[in-house]
Amino acid sequence: MPIPSPFHPRTFELCTSLHFKDWAGYHAVCRYDTYHEREYFAFRHASGMIDVTPLFKYDIMGPDAEAFLSHVMVKNIAKLKHDQVTYCCWCDQRGKLIDEGTVWRFDDNTFRVTAAEPSLSWFDRNKRGYDVSIVDVTEQIAAVSLQGPTSRDILKLASDADLDNLKFFRMTPATIDGFDVVITRTGYTGDLVYEIWTPNKHACVLWDALMDAGKTYGIEPAGLDAMDITRVEAGFIMNGVDYYSANHCLIENRMSTPYEAALGWTVNLKREPFVGQEALIREKEQGPDREFVGLVLDWDEYEALQAAWGLPPEICNEAWRDPRPIYTPDGRQVGYATSGAWSPTLKQNLALATINTPFSAIGTELRIEVTVEYERKTIKAMVSDKPFFDPPRKRS
Amino acid sequence: MANTYDAIIIGGGHNGLVCAAYLAKAGRKVLVLERRHVLGGAAVTEELHPGFHFSVCSYVVSLFRPHIIRELELAKHGLELIPLESSFLPLPDGDSLCRWSDSHRTRREISRFSAKDAEIYPEFGLAMSKMAQFAKQIIDNPAPDPASMKPSELMRLLRLTKEFRGLGSDLMHMQMQLMTMSALEFLDLWFESEVLKAPMSVSGIIGTFLGVRSPGTAYVLLHHYMGEIDGAFRSWGFSKGGTGTISLAIANAARAHGAEIRTESPVDHVLIEHGQAVGVVMPNGDEIRAKTIVSGLDPNRTFLKMVGESNLDDDFVTQIKRFKLRGSSGKVNLAVDRLPEFSCRSGSEHLRGDVAICPGIDYLEKAYDEAKYGDFSRRPYINMVVPSVVDPTVAPPGKHIISCFVQYAPYNIKEGAEHWPERREAFGETVIDTLEEYIPNLRETILFKQVLTPWDLEQEFGLTEGNIFHGELSPEQLLFQRPTSGWAKYRTPVKNLWMCASGTHPGGGIMGAPGELAAKMMLKTGGV
Repeated sequence: MPIPSPFHPRTFELCTSLHFKDWAGYHAVCRYDTYHEREYFAFRHASGMIDVTPLFKYDIMGPDAEAFLSHVMVKNIAKLKHDQVTYCCWCDQRGKLIDEGTVWRFDDNTFRVTAAEPSLSWFDRNKRGYDVSIVDVTEQIAAVSLQGPTSRDILKLASDADLDNLKFFRMTPATIDGFDVVITRTGYTGDLVYEIWTPNKHACVLWDALMDAGKTYGIEPAGLDAMDITRVEAGFIMNGVDYYSANHCLIENRMSTPYEAALGWTVNLKREPFVGQEALIREKEQGPDREFVGLVLDWDEYEALQAAWGLPPEICNEAWRDPRPIYTPDGRQVGYATSGAWSPTLKQNLALATINTPFSAIGTELRIEVTVEYERKTIKAMVSDKPFFDPPRKRS
Repeated sequence: MANTYDAIIIGGGHNGLVCAAYLAKAGRKVLVLERRHVLGGAAVTEELHPGFHFSVCSYVVSLFRPHIIRELELAKHGLELIPLESSFLPLPDGDSLCRWSDSHRTRREISRFSAKDAEIYPEFGLAMSKMAQFAKQIIDNPAPDPASMKPSELMRLLRLTKEFRGLGSDLMHMQMQLMTMSALEFLDLWFESEVLKAPMSVSGIIGTFLGVRSPGTAYVLLHHYMGEIDGAFRSWGFSKGGTGTISLAIANAARAHGAEIRTESPVDHVLIEHGQAVGVVMPNGDEIRAKTIVSGLDPNRTFLKMVGESNLDDDFVTQIKRFKLRGSSGKVNLAVDRLPEFSCRSGSEHLRGDVAICPGIDYLEKAYDEAKYGDFSRRPYINMVVPSVVDPTVAPPGKHIISCFVQYAPYNIKEGAEHWPERREAFGETVIDTLEEYIPNLRETILFKQVLTPWDLEQEFGLTEGNIFHGELSPEQLLFQRPTSGWAKYRTPVKNLWMCASGTHPGGGIMGAPGELAAKMMLKTGGV
């Protein structure tokens, strides 16, 4: 049975649709109202505020914290500066992905890791020989994500942080309404984003302070349905949807490497040994067998298939995550799409897919399965650059 | 003498820009000349008061053709649409009706007035969607010409007839009703509650000098149902940053394809030599020549001012003079220091869409009566939006923009149109007085006010007689008769002069279709 998050008194009251789902054992709002459009458009035109408490959080402390994290992560954490945050992933000895998340550096010896899945035991198994303590703070720290073009204005009003100088993927301590928070410039929508972290006991006060400051900036409480669309637009991969943690896979085909998952850019190979290094060096040399890419689905072909039935084009306004096969124009299956959404901003039908390497180059014309009036058809889908949506304000 | 440009487009309104973008995309060398300092024509955003960005004229978008957004990659060039969430009708007795995108919520709202109407409402929506689907192929193609014996025209007519018959007898019948009936009569066939019919019927009179009981207005109703956003008919949206953002996105696309666009470049007249358009003449006498001249102005302005009667035959001049413009609406734009508070409903959720001030059918007819005899309505129909609720970028934090479309404000007031400036203040006050019957403290929240009468729409935006559609959308001025029979395919009697704006098929609104179809027709027939 899911448990309420520290924001539950607020989110439950506001969620008139009672549309919740289980996110990592917590009640999480899918959408506050019958439809999630308002929340989606708040993310892109004002600000959406979403409870992200269910993310797993670990505090890593001790003289060897930096060395330990560099050992367990594919990225060289020694390069991380104070008050800097980085996005990266971690693998097993075979170089297969276990999870991804953020690593934050408070000072020389204090870090925090966020993860999509419970990771304590994995970190624990790999800490032998390191003078480090790993504390699971998941259930002590509440977090909300404030995402959208007015998020900075709202936080300026609500907090004492110097937000004009808080760069992308940096963090700062701050106070809101007299209590301490940490603000990280991170998020899952590919927009101007901030996440605010505080001990559970301040959660509702934090929520109220942000809602109050956001009143004149179009703030809306937002749920997972709206965020799902924005994360597809941003081209972000999702654990359990677009790939599976190697820890849960019965067969190797189900596992992914960082290079297959388009996370190769997070891997620093040439350095002290780290978990999975040898396998990843081999993988890098050989090149991955498949790649995680963006697809833009052809509109005209879809419209024509619908029109053949006398139907106007139907657009599903929710993101989807049921896998769909991808074919070459001559009908060979060369991959699968794992999530997708119609982008109301870009006016494009988008998908995220894993495609065998010879066919994964940008501009390759493939075909994706669609269902039109209960019949399976295919339409053209073009391999495209990610992120699909990347506004300048994201880094401004 | 060598032509510098393949085409010169007079007027940087949204249709002129769409036309320019398509021509430039096809590799033509294009120059757009806009008289004002800002692009967009009536689809324009201006910062009239510091921090307040007004959609000065047109204020919502629905009809803009989705395939134009795709073909010109307008999302990439800055176009962003935010849906209107509701339609709100405040009533003088303290009651109100709000129609939401949530169908069950809407059903409950309507059933307070008529349980039967509440259930018929979605059926009506479905029938209108089918009509819109049929209409789509008409608005997305040049008007078929029933007088032509060309095989291609006959084939098109045959195809359309087939499609039409495919609608089935009920819908064929409905199509005939839509082309001939009044908006109210048509709605009477479906609904019983006046509280529902009044705000629905006004879609039939917008931009038209007719009343909801006038025959022909049912078509205008359909015209407002044909819009399509993300595959859903009858959906309306705000353009982020105001409607000018649409124009700027199109201009960006046109420039990306190499078009040259100049503002503050008024054209005095079209240069005609040996009966052919060969260029334009600027007010200082400078000439710019091109193979083709395209007018983004209304038909009246194009032929009677830019071409001149002496270059046209008398019959054609007569037809153009008879083309009905007769603007019937004005616009009042307000900057306010807080959200408007309606006495009949608290909160702001119902402000995320449009608000209609039209408490009854007789109210609307009375408003029209006054206009018929040369006065603006003492209690007009007002379509109000507060775009800053969903798009905080258009106003400073906590402050808001109220945009009011106001009908009736006839161009020809009894004192004479040129006396509008003397009545402007009174017109604005009438609008605010009307709104204050629903928003009691409105006047004290106003920081800035702009009142646009039909005269202002003509003088400032070049809309002859203040007609927002470049000509009424009455059935006799549509399809193969827009703007006049024989000249409904963007060509004009003057060789190398073309039309590309709302005075041509398929008509007005931020649609882009005339600009696109004109460009495609020119390219297809070797006109440019």
